[in-house]
Amino acid sequence: MLRRRVIPCLDVANGRVVKGTRFVDLVDEGDPPELAARYADEGADELVFLDITAAPEGRRTLLEIVERTARRAFIPLTVGGGVRSVDDMRDVLRAGADKVSLNTAAVADPSLVTRCAARFGRQAVVVAIDARRIESSGIEPGADARPRWEVLVKGGRETTSLEAVGWAVRAAELGAGELLVTSIDRDGTQSGYDTELLRAITSRVSVPVIASGGAAAPSDFVAAVVEGGADAVLAASIFHRRIHAIADVKRALLAAGIPVRATQGVAA
Amino acid sequence: MSWAASRAGSGEPRVGLRVAVVDYGAGNLVSIEQGLTFVGADVRIARTPGDLEDAEAVIVPGVGAAAPAMRRLARAGLVDPLLRWIALGKPYLGICLGLQLLFDGSDEDGAATFGVIPGRTVLLEDAPTLPHIGWNQVERRHEHALFAGLADGTDLYFVHSYAGRPEGAGADAITLAETEHGRRFVSAVDRGNVLGVQFHPERSGGAGIRLLGNFARWATALTAGAGAERSPVGAGGTAGSD
Repeated sequence: MLRRRVIPCLDVANGRVVKGTRFVDLVDEGDPPELAARYADEGADELVFLDITAAPEGRRTLLEIVERTARRAFIPLTVGGGVRSVDDMRDVLRAGADKVSLNTAAVADPSLVTRCAARFGRQAVVVAIDARRIESSGIEPGADARPRWEVLVKGGRETTSLEAVGWAVRAAELGAGELLVTSIDRDGTQSGYDTELLRAITSRVSVPVIASGGAAAPSDFVAAVVEGGADAVLAASIFHRRIHAIADVKRALLAAGIPVRATQGVAA
Repeated sequence: MSWAASRAGSGEPRVGLRVAVVDYGAGNLVSIEQGLTFVGADVRIARTPGDLEDAEAVIVPGVGAAAPAMRRLARAGLVDPLLRWIALGKPYLGICLGLQLLFDGSDEDGAATFGVIPGRTVLLEDAPTLPHIGWNQVERRHEHALFAGLADGTDLYFVHSYAGRPEGAGADAITLAETEHGRRFVSAVDRGNVLGVQFHPERSGGAGIRLLGNFARWATALTAGAGAERSPVGAGGTAGSD
């Protein structure tokens, strides 16, 4: 039976891992390959690198880091941030990534998803969606009470006209083989995943969905799977700061009857 | 488990077994190269028929669809040399798409493939999610040196939507392992000198590294055995009279 995956996320800026809260108050957390190797040893099922600088001058640094990581950690690696073309994707895969995550560039040009999937297969294309809850005004009495989310781009700094669940469905149709769904409301707040957002998306798509944003306690990971229907759970700061070990999360999942891969200290 | 820890128990392949990893532009070669180097193999990335000449084992990796892969292999002039390699009984491992190419053809895009194993590459049926991405149990249908030291049902890493389905009288014998995602599918094949795995050993942590070491040792033994049988024919064995 397919295991649910636990995925540490490494935000990389100028060649270093930085603290999980994006873009502000960046704190150096170490060398990406070192941290990647540590997580692989500790039972990470996969790794995600997000290049949060994503500036053209940072590209070569990133590729070099991807290659050093692929030579250190024999687990799958997804790389995102600043991938804007099929050629960009080719370069990242050649450096040693298994999957590439598209976000802003996919919103700007949805055909990029299709072109990347046609060239490298849909299993290599992850579409990352940064979603923010739209607060209902509560003025209209007959208004639909169901929650809605809007898609943000450029690291959550810019709004779009896209509704997140619809975009998720469309991204999968365009050729995304996986969706990385981040709740911008929850990101960095340690208040748990937005399981309503996850459920709204997992109930509409058949591709795997990675939950992101808000993880604090091991029970949050369980909720993302049980309530949200997530196939994989991602977190950054709680792993970086050793608040919880990957094994803690896996033990909680296992105790809830969710299959996980056996890991040091966790006999699945 | 630390992947470094797996080395102690995996046994040492002959250092310097020359393994050609075929590069036809279908994905990440860094981890397969690194994994093989780690277990003591001497890896060459093969892009031309000449690159296969002094190799002792061949690995065809790859992800994606069959038709573009066959086009790129044909453009590089590699299809016939690979078929000849297989026909000569030399050690061969297909990984993911490299396994699927061994079958007659693929339902994914209708491509005709190597035709080494009777059957077709078909979409995973009744899969709860597609693509099938993540760690899943590989259950053996018979014993093989490839899985030496790995518990039956070990979790290995998959990323695919299609899988090869052996057909005909030999299908059971060819099926080396199965995995369940919705329904059971064949996750490893064994046809003498030709092995294929649908999972990615190079991305499967310590268990995957052990499997690559097992492949190197199995290939070393196969090469030694074949060399002994062929020795009267002449050293170096001019390949080409198949």
